[in-house]
Amino acid sequence: MTEVSRRRLFAYSGVSLAAGAAAGAGLVSVAQAVEQPADDGAVPFFGAHQSGIATPVQDRLHFAAFDVVTDDRDRLIRMLKEWTAAGAALTGGRPYGSAAGGLPESPPDDTGEALGLPPARLTLTVGFGPTLFEKDGKDRFGLKARRPAALADLPHFPGDALDPDRSGGDICVQACADDPQVAVHAIRNLARIGFGVVAVRWSQLGFGKTSSTTPDQQTPRNMFGFKDGTRNISGDDDKALDQHVWASAKDGVPWMAGGSYVVVRRIRMHIETWDRTSLKEQQDTFGRTKGEGNPYGAEHEHDPVPLAKLPADSHVRLAHPDSNGGVRILRRGYSFTDGSDGLGRLDAGLFFIAYQRDPRKQFVALQNRLAGNDHMNQYVQHVGSGVFACPPGPRKGGYWGETLFA
Amino acid sequence: MRPAHLIAAAGAVVASLSLLSACGKDDAAGGGSGAISVTATDSSCEVGTKSGTAGATTFKVTNKGSQVNELEILAPDGKIVSERENIGPGTGAEITVTLAAGTYKVMCSAGMTGKGPSQSFTVTGEGKATDPRLDAAVASYRTYVGEQVDDTLAKAKKFAASVSKGDIAGAKAEFAPSRVGWERIEPVAESFGDIDPKVDNREADLKQGDKWTGWHQIEKALWKTKSLKGEGPYADQLVKDLETLKTRVGTASITATSMANGAKELLDEVATGKVTGEEDTFSHTDLSDFKGNVDGAQKAFELLKPVVQERDADLASDLTDEFAKVQKLLAKYEKGDGYVSYDTVGKDQRKELSDEVNALAEPLSKLAGVVAK
Repeated sequence: MTEVSRRRLFAYSGVSLAAGAAAGAGLVSVAQAVEQPADDGAVPFFGAHQSGIATPVQDRLHFAAFDVVTDDRDRLIRMLKEWTAAGAALTGGRPYGSAAGGLPESPPDDTGEALGLPPARLTLTVGFGPTLFEKDGKDRFGLKARRPAALADLPHFPGDALDPDRSGGDICVQACADDPQVAVHAIRNLARIGFGVVAVRWSQLGFGKTSSTTPDQQTPRNMFGFKDGTRNISGDDDKALDQHVWASAKDGVPWMAGGSYVVVRRIRMHIETWDRTSLKEQQDTFGRTKGEGNPYGAEHEHDPVPLAKLPADSHVRLAHPDSNGGVRILRRGYSFTDGSDGLGRLDAGLFFIAYQRDPRKQFVALQNRLAGNDHMNQYVQHVGSGVFACPPGPRKGGYWGETLFA
Repeated sequence: MRPAHLIAAAGAVVASLSLLSACGKDDAAGGGSGAISVTATDSSCEVGTKSGTAGATTFKVTNKGSQVNELEILAPDGKIVSERENIGPGTGAEITVTLAAGTYKVMCSAGMTGKGPSQSFTVTGEGKATDPRLDAAVASYRTYVGEQVDDTLAKAKKFAASVSKGDIAGAKAEFAPSRVGWERIEPVAESFGDIDPKVDNREADLKQGDKWTGWHQIEKALWKTKSLKGEGPYADQLVKDLETLKTRVGTASITATSMANGAKELLDEVATGKVTGEEDTFSHTDLSDFKGNVDGAQKAFELLKPVVQERDADLASDLTDEFAKVQKLLAKYEKGDGYVSYDTVGKDQRKELSDEVNALAEPLSKLAGVVAK
């Protein structure tokens, strides 16, 4: 950490550093100083993996995709360092800098709406999109050669109606928390810190988790009223995580070791049409009952799925690992409702989020199968999309993406 | 033009100010034991101390009346230094202002009528010593403000003459240039609260029963109704109001901090009015006003830069870069002596302009704090 970047952090703000923290280590010392003990609802921020992936799913989401608007690599790195310091403070339940006690002539460093709120298990997960590495065939920031092959552009899937204003992005940040104000506060402050380096391209709020990474908990329902994500990868199943979620140095991209690839899809549901659909048709669409959530041919929700008893075009059958050579993904999606569209229909659906080790072998393979065959396609439309490489977790003293920019 | 409710606050040119809600329990600056208590009722306004020393001063008001109250600090010349509205019965609020020597009035306005009982508050002393380079910056900025008022007045006279003659094409060509000087120094011009609404109100800013005058009234005649019939008196009034500005502008209180705040406010104007195309909704000459706002902000920054450079070199460097970037971006839209019509600027281009405004405005918002240090 250079003197310049430490000053960058605080010179604007009037935040005074304790003398001990000021010596050389700068930002890192501050980040460490604001760490919270783990027993007050704070999720650890530093570590081998980013939090917000295997972390038990929180209640609320604010997901933002940013375009990088500078050509200056050093300035981008500087911002990532500042984001990391902010991330450590915010996930610890603290404001970033001063929220109300700074110079009266200056705007407060932190916007303040999370003052007095608990950490609410806030996690911030950063990913890098294909266009950070290269755009229109041109190298960006000298990163083209470092683009992982697994970070391939997603192909067109049958039925896609993607809105460019809700798709793509150079950098993404997934903010999850049990309090929506905490999640929104985090994105708002990161966006503010980023002005001049990044600009928000699109963002999405989500309110009801649709998948659980804690199988012993009640499986949540999606906007179709069905339990979903029953067979998700559990956040404490290290073996499955290593096999299906965490990228490994052996995969050929050392800077991604411990990271993961995220695919996000804004899936609009044709709510009104669905609601007029008979219970039988609804259940056939999923291949499970609406009440208990048991698969056809089984008694309880979590019973093994007798695939042959499910309709051939049912969602559960088509998406099941056993129908896909054992392929699994870690789903972490949220329901969304963005009011109504101009025709009075609910603008609602699923903001699908899935983490995996290699999207080409996992999401793309699954989605190709689903897009072509899933009976559910009558009731959904994919309208937004993104794929991002989420680097390993920041180490203490390091920053988001350090292994990429090193 | 800025929304009417902001005008009073913009008038606080004596010094920078901050309005702090009394509900903040977290060490709000200036809210310590040094605060001067003010007790407001529906018919009285009791100030705990009658005098103070120059510098940052915090007034802490408690409303013991039955009506919603408003606290105003009035400068010796009667202008509002700062105010805090909507102080409910049984609640309180704080205002922190930096006061120079002089006799001020502290007024409590029950029912928020803008009138009410007041008490004098005398400030003595020099306040903290200021950097002589900042005094020089203020002096240069004063000269700049005078030049811009002269420029806008001269061009408004030409514009008015064309309007009076019924020369639509001539008036259309002269409309945007006549506004540039005004746009460059808008925060100072707005500090005289009565002139801004007369010359720069947009139709949407009017209350029921208000008479609409000024540039935008004529703009609508030129581009929407396409007739200058009956517009002569409006053109004359515009010139008259700008002449009033010229006679008064020398008395405007300008400090280094108010210059810095003014620069930030100019970018606020761009962000909320120009980027959205609301400012010149009939003529679509928003980019000309945009450029005027940016130029005015850049002038203030450049005058303050030697001090900023010393106190926060990174901020000076970022602002230099971002001003250059926004100017370069604006230059892409130049056409003839002016700019392309804003209705030809597409959604993606507006997003790009908006992103650049944010990129400049965020560091610019730190300027006042650095100058005030």
